[in-house]
Amino acid sequence: MASSLHVVITCLKLLLLPSYYSTDFEVHRNWLATTYSLPVSQWYSAKHSEWTIDYPPLFAWFEYFLAQIAAFVDYDMLSIHNHNYSSDATIFFQRFSVIITDFVFYYGSRKCAQSIVLLMKSTKNKKKKYLDESKISVFVIELLLTANVTLLLIDHVHFQYNGFLFGILLISISHILKGENYRSAVWFTILLNFKHIYLYLAPAYFVYLLRHFCFKKKIRFTLIRLINLGLIVLSVTAISFGPFIFNGQISQVFKQLFPFKRGLSHAYWAPNFWALYNTADIGAKVIYKDYDLIKNNNSVSMTRGLVQEFEHTVLPSITPQITFILTIVFMLPCLYKLWKSNSNPIDFVRCLVLCGLTSFMFGWHVHEKALLLAVIPLTLLIFTSTNDCSMFSMLSIISTYSVFPLLFKPFEFITKSLLLIVNVSFLYNTDRFKSLNRIEKLYLISLGPLLLLTDVAWMVLRFDQKYPFLPLMLTSFHNSTGVFYCWIKYYLYYICQ
Amino acid sequence: MSLYCDTMIYKNLIPIYLKKVFNEKLILMIAVLFRWFVSLHDYSGKSKTPMYGDYEAQRHWMEVTISLPTTQWYFNSSDNDLLYWGLDYPPLTAYHSYLNGLVFKKILPESVQLNTSRGFESKFHKLLMRYSVLIVDLLIFIPAVYWFFRQFFKIKNNNQLSQTMIIALTLLYPGIILIDYGHFQYNCVSLGLFVASVASMFANKTILTCILFSMALNYKQMELYHALPFFFYYIGFVYEIYKKRSFFKALKTLSILVLSVTITFLLLWLPFISDPKQMFQVIHRIFPLERGVFEDKVSNIWCLINVLYKLRDINNQTMATICLLTTLISVLPTCLDLLKNPSKIKFLLSLINCSLSFFLFSFQVHEKSILLVAIPVLMYAPQNAFVCTWFLSLTTFSMLPLLIRDNLLIPFISLSLIYFIVYNNIEKLMLQNKNTSKLHLLRNLSLLGCVILTFCTLTLKPPQKYPHLWPLFISVYSCVHFFLFLIYFNFSQLMLNIPKKKLY
Repeated sequence: MASSLHVVITCLKLLLLPSYYSTDFEVHRNWLATTYSLPVSQWYSAKHSEWTIDYPPLFAWFEYFLAQIAAFVDYDMLSIHNHNYSSDATIFFQRFSVIITDFVFYYGSRKCAQSIVLLMKSTKNKKKKYLDESKISVFVIELLLTANVTLLLIDHVHFQYNGFLFGILLISISHILKGENYRSAVWFTILLNFKHIYLYLAPAYFVYLLRHFCFKKKIRFTLIRLINLGLIVLSVTAISFGPFIFNGQISQVFKQLFPFKRGLSHAYWAPNFWALYNTADIGAKVIYKDYDLIKNNNSVSMTRGLVQEFEHTVLPSITPQITFILTIVFMLPCLYKLWKSNSNPIDFVRCLVLCGLTSFMFGWHVHEKALLLAVIPLTLLIFTSTNDCSMFSMLSIISTYSVFPLLFKPFEFITKSLLLIVNVSFLYNTDRFKSLNRIEKLYLISLGPLLLLTDVAWMVLRFDQKYPFLPLMLTSFHNSTGVFYCWIKYYLYYICQ
Repeated sequence: MSLYCDTMIYKNLIPIYLKKVFNEKLILMIAVLFRWFVSLHDYSGKSKTPMYGDYEAQRHWMEVTISLPTTQWYFNSSDNDLLYWGLDYPPLTAYHSYLNGLVFKKILPESVQLNTSRGFESKFHKLLMRYSVLIVDLLIFIPAVYWFFRQFFKIKNNNQLSQTMIIALTLLYPGIILIDYGHFQYNCVSLGLFVASVASMFANKTILTCILFSMALNYKQMELYHALPFFFYYIGFVYEIYKKRSFFKALKTLSILVLSVTITFLLLWLPFISDPKQMFQVIHRIFPLERGVFEDKVSNIWCLINVLYKLRDINNQTMATICLLTTLISVLPTCLDLLKNPSKIKFLLSLINCSLSFFLFSFQVHEKSILLVAIPVLMYAPQNAFVCTWFLSLTTFSMLPLLIRDNLLIPFISLSLIYFIVYNNIEKLMLQNKNTSKLHLLRNLSLLGCVILTFCTLTLKPPQKYPHLWPLFISVYSCVHFFLFLIYFNFSQLMLNIPKKKLY
């Protein structure tokens, strides 16, 4: 059954092949060309395109490997002089590479679903009908992971390679759940070397491994384990960064990886704390009758991911340092709680979710996709308690909705809204909404009118020429209140349990 | 025994769970989702000058119908070149094009400009066209399917499938999705009207049945494939009334039937009946004898015989007569049986048999006409899910050459795989018959043949001498299957014993 689930999901992805793709498609095509045509030493300093590689080295190697295959499909896509090149073969190859690498994600979700259900079995007292329940639980968790609509929209419409990265994350989590901490550390380090956004989750890993692995029986500190873990992390990182250190490129690599020149918020504000802050700023501006600045923002094209800064006029401007400090400060309580807890891996997963959420709330230049960092681990917990379950149903829907503005082409309107509706009714039919209270339900229902207002009414009333930025602002404000609420509620639940 | 039951349940745990989760509403949304996903793909004749394909034909009809007066729709003129996708469907299609054209004129006027808009293509136009199919599908076909199965399950209760399952199998059937949303046609209108007419027959609403079926006939003349069972069912029906009640009751029913059909026809043909020249021109356009006995590679008998003996040498008039005679002979048993026992389940089987006979033996058959067989088979599927889904897989497969030409290979493979998996999970929940394993083996072998042929078509180059080798193999392979299915369905209709009191 489960394997036929994968076939069905893969078929769905194949059907999405001719969908709209964003500039990320060109970004990744350009990386294929860069890694194929240029020597290693120039990968991070190539200037032939505005899209220089800004992922860690393992991802560059991954693109290099893909490019070797791409050479058989369409050689022209590997030329660094072809800008915005998108032949049918290129589209097919790139889309297909996402679909194929997603099998890592299937493997990870299978492993994780099995180990979390096994873990729940050992904590629960044995029931008679346990066998039935566990099989269904594994299936449902696997289904919710592999058919995650946000991931589907981001990877297979918008175009990115998040699937297999989350697969690696899930493999690493599954090893922690099974108590195989060294393996988990290896996988997580590999993941960090693919995409450094997962650094947001690193504090939870660090605290958990330090407290519940390096301290034997909770009292005696075993140095040897810490050294082993350190060796693992260092050796994996050395392999990936080694060639660049050798070439003296390391500073250039880091400049690419941490671009603080970008603004506080992305062109379309991710629904986090700063979206609320920006809205408050604009609100204050409107009160001061200063419309000019809003007009200036109208020209901002939200489809481009390029640098553009957003100056606050009324409220004080935010620097990267402030966001960094806020993130750390708000992570500390949950890390302390993890330190104090008995070594239950489920607590670790919850802390992982909170780390993801907190950094999403306060991080510098966060993308809306980063909400998946919290949603994917949270999926594992839907059967552990009603609180986790209600939080999952709410956050997963908000996360799906929050990527809608990325897919703004007319053909994608039905795709995205139908996928959301199917997702909601699946969750409804499996009774996932029972645990929500009235306000939360009302909040989720209000997403419907919001979608109609921003996507349909706005076009019918021809407001899209006059105020193109307002629907986006409305969406990110609305979603950020939801995420903010979830963050507070889940945080309190975690601290007070 | 109880242990066996337990293990059976344990094995099918997930299908049982899924059955609870997937209710009719969710099925509807998923069906619409798949329809939309196929819409993203290419349509027939995309950017293929000078003739394009069915997509352009539909657009051209909008252009013609909104720009010219009704009297000129079917006539050749300087503004209406009949050789370039001239209107060759009955009036209701023309009215539908007219309505669509009005909307298009409002939103995208340059797409329906007379003469200048030929071969108009744009992303936005494609979106509007896809919406136009989705809307009529949501308004006609999908409600009709729901209505039919609601009525069906009121009458028959020894079904193998539950109502939700068969609705899922019907709405996810790849053939109609691929043709309507990929290739581009409005089959959902004529087939939807047809399904609705059968549903209203099951609900014993005679007048409504006549009106709906006349409308279906007036949307696409191919609905004639289904006309004979309606005719013989109602003749048998009237005769039963005459025997059981009185002559006058029977006469009254008969006159109601005739009147409702005639009035519907009159209303729909209103702009054309004033002038006999108009009427004959429309009829001439609808039944074009000058075209060949089949087009491209169709999985019917004539295409099969054509391999051995070139039928194109025979003149069209003679060929049409031969087709007519063979078709009549092949539909005779099923029609006579229906006349003798006009029961609803026999009526469904007769619909399958007649339409399949027409597909295999009649004149001027398109490969898409297999949909006219597939829909009755779906309607009969709750009674014999195994054979019906086997048949349905082959119907989709028989259209493969067409779908490859339209660049719809990926949706074809995806939807067929999904359909197979959905059916397999449903099968686990059905009451298992004792000795189906041999039949299963046979079915799997036949489907494996399809897979191998698909694979060959995609990878192996045909020899220079026979460039159409693989399409020919596909049509011969499906034709043999269809012929055997025809015998099977005829057999099951004739062997079906209906207790006298349950007749209608």
